[in-house]
Amino acid sequence: MRIVNSSDITELVEKLCIEANCVITEDIKGCLGDCMKRESSPLGREILGTLVENAEIAAEEMSPICQDTGMTVVFVTMGQDLKIDGGFIEDAINEGVRRGYERGYLRKSVVNDPLERINTKDNTPAVVHYEIVPGDVLHITVAPKGFGSENMSQLKMLKPSQGIQGVKDFILKTVKEAGPNPCPPIIVGVGIGGTMEKSAILSKKALLRQVGTPSDKPHLAALEAELLEAVNSMGIGPAGLGGETTALGVHIISYPTHIAGLPVSVNIGCHATRHAEGSL
Amino acid sequence: MNEKRIELSTPLDSEIVKSLKTGDMVYISGTIYTARDAAHKKLCELIDAGEPMPFDFRGAVVFYAGPCPAKPGRPIGSVGPTTSGRMDLYSPKLIENGLRFMIGKGLRGEEVTKAIIEYNGVYFAAIGGAAALMARRVISSEIVAFEELGTEAVRRLVVKDMPVIVAIDSKGNDIYK
Repeated sequence: MRIVNSSDITELVEKLCIEANCVITEDIKGCLGDCMKRESSPLGREILGTLVENAEIAAEEMSPICQDTGMTVVFVTMGQDLKIDGGFIEDAINEGVRRGYERGYLRKSVVNDPLERINTKDNTPAVVHYEIVPGDVLHITVAPKGFGSENMSQLKMLKPSQGIQGVKDFILKTVKEAGPNPCPPIIVGVGIGGTMEKSAILSKKALLRQVGTPSDKPHLAALEAELLEAVNSMGIGPAGLGGETTALGVHIISYPTHIAGLPVSVNIGCHATRHAEGSL
Repeated sequence: MNEKRIELSTPLDSEIVKSLKTGDMVYISGTIYTARDAAHKKLCELIDAGEPMPFDFRGAVVFYAGPCPAKPGRPIGSVGPTTSGRMDLYSPKLIENGLRFMIGKGLRGEEVTKAIIEYNGVYFAAIGGAAALMARRVISSEIVAFEELGTEAVRRLVVKDMPVIVAIDSKGNDIYK
């Protein structure tokens, strides 16, 4: 059985926290640039240009892209033929967050309790999602989530009779209500099916897919393309100040569900939809 | 977008303010103050209690922002606008008490627009997420109130050419509507 030391997990999470917050992934940066060429609104073009320039400054200085360096969401996929030595995995992850947010001059935005609201001053705890997979590799994705966009996300338990039209209507309604608040151009992450919490986790996972890559299920790929067009004809535009670049992508993940249910979650990602990944 | 480039210095001249139109790109230089959720709540509590304000915000520009920590040798870390709607509950009271200009992002409620019209104010939108770029437009930063709030403390910033867009002008025209 392969052994991974918990101190290596801490080190990797520390590095990924800084990288995710300071460097926009190439696919998203490229997409912002492509949209700038197509955007017909002059103000929209100027804003997209500013966002690309901001990304370049942030990467060059290793400064945060956005002052809201988020609540730290961590996806862990852990090979079942793997053993962790040296301590509990979640303590190791939180220690990495603590160090990354300190060393990277990242903002600490987490409060200890949703009602008492005292800042924990080190951005812990992270929100960690685990998945056990075959093999002996530990893969970690750090996806800091700012709440300008997180607050605009919604979940709905539809009736099966509402079908695909109900799903479309709910997604478009969510994007419309979000309007300028989540820092468009956005990425629309959608989870359909499973149970309530399964759809929510899928919608967040959908944000991590390389932008512009369609779903491998043809009926979902067609739905993604249709919805992207509908979203981009709403007129919200870059920074919500008008134009046709409202979203860079609509990403949908589905899962089998119950005969009586049709859960739909929409998680909105901002123009940077930050994430960074690594393996041990 | 109007084609002219408008440069403004604080304190903002009330006649120039009247001439600003929704969609104008404006570059602000001078002194602005950061304040967001917690500072707004505290300022309103002081007003309700009849206490003096911890800094003079009459005619001031307030930026809804909580910056990242400054790296050594820098005045401030990344700094950009937070969602303005969360300040809607407090803004009319602050405007009645002297605040005139707000920089944030996103939609405002009707009460805020009414107060802007009544007191000749302006709501500016900054580009959400362009925080590394905006930090470069900040020359100095100093905490002037509520230090215990950390990133939410009130900071006096001296800025040069901070890029913003007129979102609600003094007549109440709203770029988001």
